[in-house]
Amino acid sequence: MTSTFNVVTSQEYKYGFVTDIEADSVAPGLSEDVIRFISAKKGEPDWLLEFRLKAYRHWLTMAEPEWAKVEYPKPDFQKIVYYSAPKPKKPQYASMDEVDPELRRTFEKLGVPIHEQEALAGVAVDVVFDSVSVTTTYREKLAAVGIIFCSFSEAVKSHPDLVKQYLGSVVPSSDNFYAALNSAVFTDGSFVFIPKGVACPMDLSTYFRINNKESGQFERTLIVAEEGASVSYLEGCTAPQFDTNQLHAAVVELVALDRASIKYSTVQNWYAGDKDGKGGIFNFVTKRGLCKGRASHISWTQVETGSAITWKYPSCVLLGDDSIGEFYSVALTNHKQQADTGTKMIHIGRNTKSTIVSKGISAGDSSNSYRGLVKVQPKAEGARNFSQCDSMLIGQSCSASTFPYIEVQNRSARVEHEATTSKIGEEQLLYFQQRGIPAEEAISMIINGFCKDVFRELPMEFAVEATRLLSLKLEGSVG
Amino acid sequence: MLSIKNLTASINGTPVLKGIDLEIKAGEIHAIMGPNGSGKSTLGKVLVGHPAYEVTGGEVLYEGRNLFELAADERARAGIFMGFQHPIEVPGVSNAAFLRLAYNKKAEAEGRDELDPLEFDDFIHEKIKLVSMKEEFLDRSLNEGFSGGEKKRNEILQMAVLEPKLAILDELDSGLDIDALRVLGDAVNKLQRPDRALLIITHFPRILETIQPQFVHVLSGGRILKSAGKELATELEDRGYDWVLEEAAAGGAR
Repeated sequence: MTSTFNVVTSQEYKYGFVTDIEADSVAPGLSEDVIRFISAKKGEPDWLLEFRLKAYRHWLTMAEPEWAKVEYPKPDFQKIVYYSAPKPKKPQYASMDEVDPELRRTFEKLGVPIHEQEALAGVAVDVVFDSVSVTTTYREKLAAVGIIFCSFSEAVKSHPDLVKQYLGSVVPSSDNFYAALNSAVFTDGSFVFIPKGVACPMDLSTYFRINNKESGQFERTLIVAEEGASVSYLEGCTAPQFDTNQLHAAVVELVALDRASIKYSTVQNWYAGDKDGKGGIFNFVTKRGLCKGRASHISWTQVETGSAITWKYPSCVLLGDDSIGEFYSVALTNHKQQADTGTKMIHIGRNTKSTIVSKGISAGDSSNSYRGLVKVQPKAEGARNFSQCDSMLIGQSCSASTFPYIEVQNRSARVEHEATTSKIGEEQLLYFQQRGIPAEEAISMIINGFCKDVFRELPMEFAVEATRLLSLKLEGSVG
Repeated sequence: MLSIKNLTASINGTPVLKGIDLEIKAGEIHAIMGPNGSGKSTLGKVLVGHPAYEVTGGEVLYEGRNLFELAADERARAGIFMGFQHPIEVPGVSNAAFLRLAYNKKAEAEGRDELDPLEFDDFIHEKIKLVSMKEEFLDRSLNEGFSGGEKKRNEILQMAVLEPKLAILDELDSGLDIDALRVLGDAVNKLQRPDRALLIITHFPRILETIQPQFVHVLSGGRILKSAGKELATELEDRGYDWVLEEAAAGGAR
């Protein structure tokens, strides 16, 4: 096939710059001492240090998971920097104006609104740079209705009881290799608490940026929605372009009490490595939501475009009767990228419902797998699941796989699974071109059509960004 | 309008067209007929720039320009249209949005005003009458779940929207019942003007009863074996293709 496939898939990564900023970092390597250092640095209470050490000791007994359909050199955990923070000129910023101008410029370049005046109307942002949260906007406005939105470290100080109550309640520190690692060394992240009956008046957002070359990013996000509360949360991520791999091992826990609703959207655009697969982020993330209360509702929407390796399964534990779990995903891989992503829907309560819509797009030499588990436990009377997994291939040398696991232990359950595979090949492109539509626009139109069921779940601004991002990522790939 | 001289083309190294000569002038309707595998669909695909085919020799001038210097989408915007034998299905892309984008690309290239969705809505509602298409097909995904006949109807709708100078219709009649064939044939006739030309590629002469060509060419083995007037179609209907092939064999390579 001639060049159009190759021209449309290879846009440069535009967030690949490095910010030259003085950082406060610990030497590479992991030990109990490093963990004690991190904990002391953050002035943490003893129970949290204990939580970390327990996780670390358990992690030492665990092996890296190998069941995913991804191949990569195993990270050397002794070469990773576990704490790196931009050195503040002052210990505490009173406002954004006091933040290091270099850091401010970084986020301006990334288009992240950290100035409230300039902020996107109606989105509050928490900004995490390497290991620490830099700033959180709109806090007073949110506090007025009882919402807590702050960095994780700050929550540990100001709301220790809430953190202690919920931390590890959805993803136990021993859950899996990377979750255990995260539990031992996590440095910051976001904390959200929506009190009973409050509908969060604006979208909340966290923007993650890895800057340090050797650093791993291990953030921890905890979102709790009390009875009848609701919130929409957005997560965005970028990283500089290095020819070595950085490790990103986050844990996100969501807790929804009775009738509460949490909508969590991600547009992931970590650096994916170059065309030959050099560099890029290893994205090994554990995301799980617990629908703890009756008729609670958790919805994950993700657009995964970056990372050299993606290993990620945002899941829902449907404990409360009548609770609802949803997973909408677009995963795009190009060049040498590998993604193994999907979800787990664990039906425990009665009449629980889950929906899975997964769209995988593979181009270049990439490998893209959907892996999903639908489990209906014995007491989940009337449970229902619908899964739709579609794959699209662009070009000749990419691959797509689907691994659906279905375990049903209740006879009244209804589980439906549909899967399709399609291809953007020369016939499809010729059809568009023959109507006067250039190849790039044709691909963008075909891909958007393919992803429509997922994009419409995204908040407006994110949907626009996602559309643009997919087109950029595929620029050069069809011909 | 279109001048094809000694055109040769191959796919994966295998020659398919072995020296085609054909002149098409504005206002003319030509039919290319031939047995299956003769290369007649290839001719259409080469003309619209299908990337699987390699042009190995000869020249094609379209309105005096070297056709092969234009990319497939440029040829389309310059007024060449192909009604495909097997139109593809595109889930999630609305038929109306696709038609509007195609219309606007051409309008832009010709320096005409582009139509916004509301203006296009008025425009397209006039056009669908021509092909007797139900309105609901505009909101459906492009060709997705369309029957063979509905797809062909949609092809002719696109032709009506784009008003090409040169329309190549590849096996328009396949998958069509008699009534639909008549509706679409009439639509194509209504779109024909003195400054436009039609190239009908077909295996069966049936369609030529509605869309009546002035010139009929029999293509086989990658060459045009015989060219004549409309009466040749009738003769082919009665006698099949074998006699043309035999006649050509007896008369030498051409």
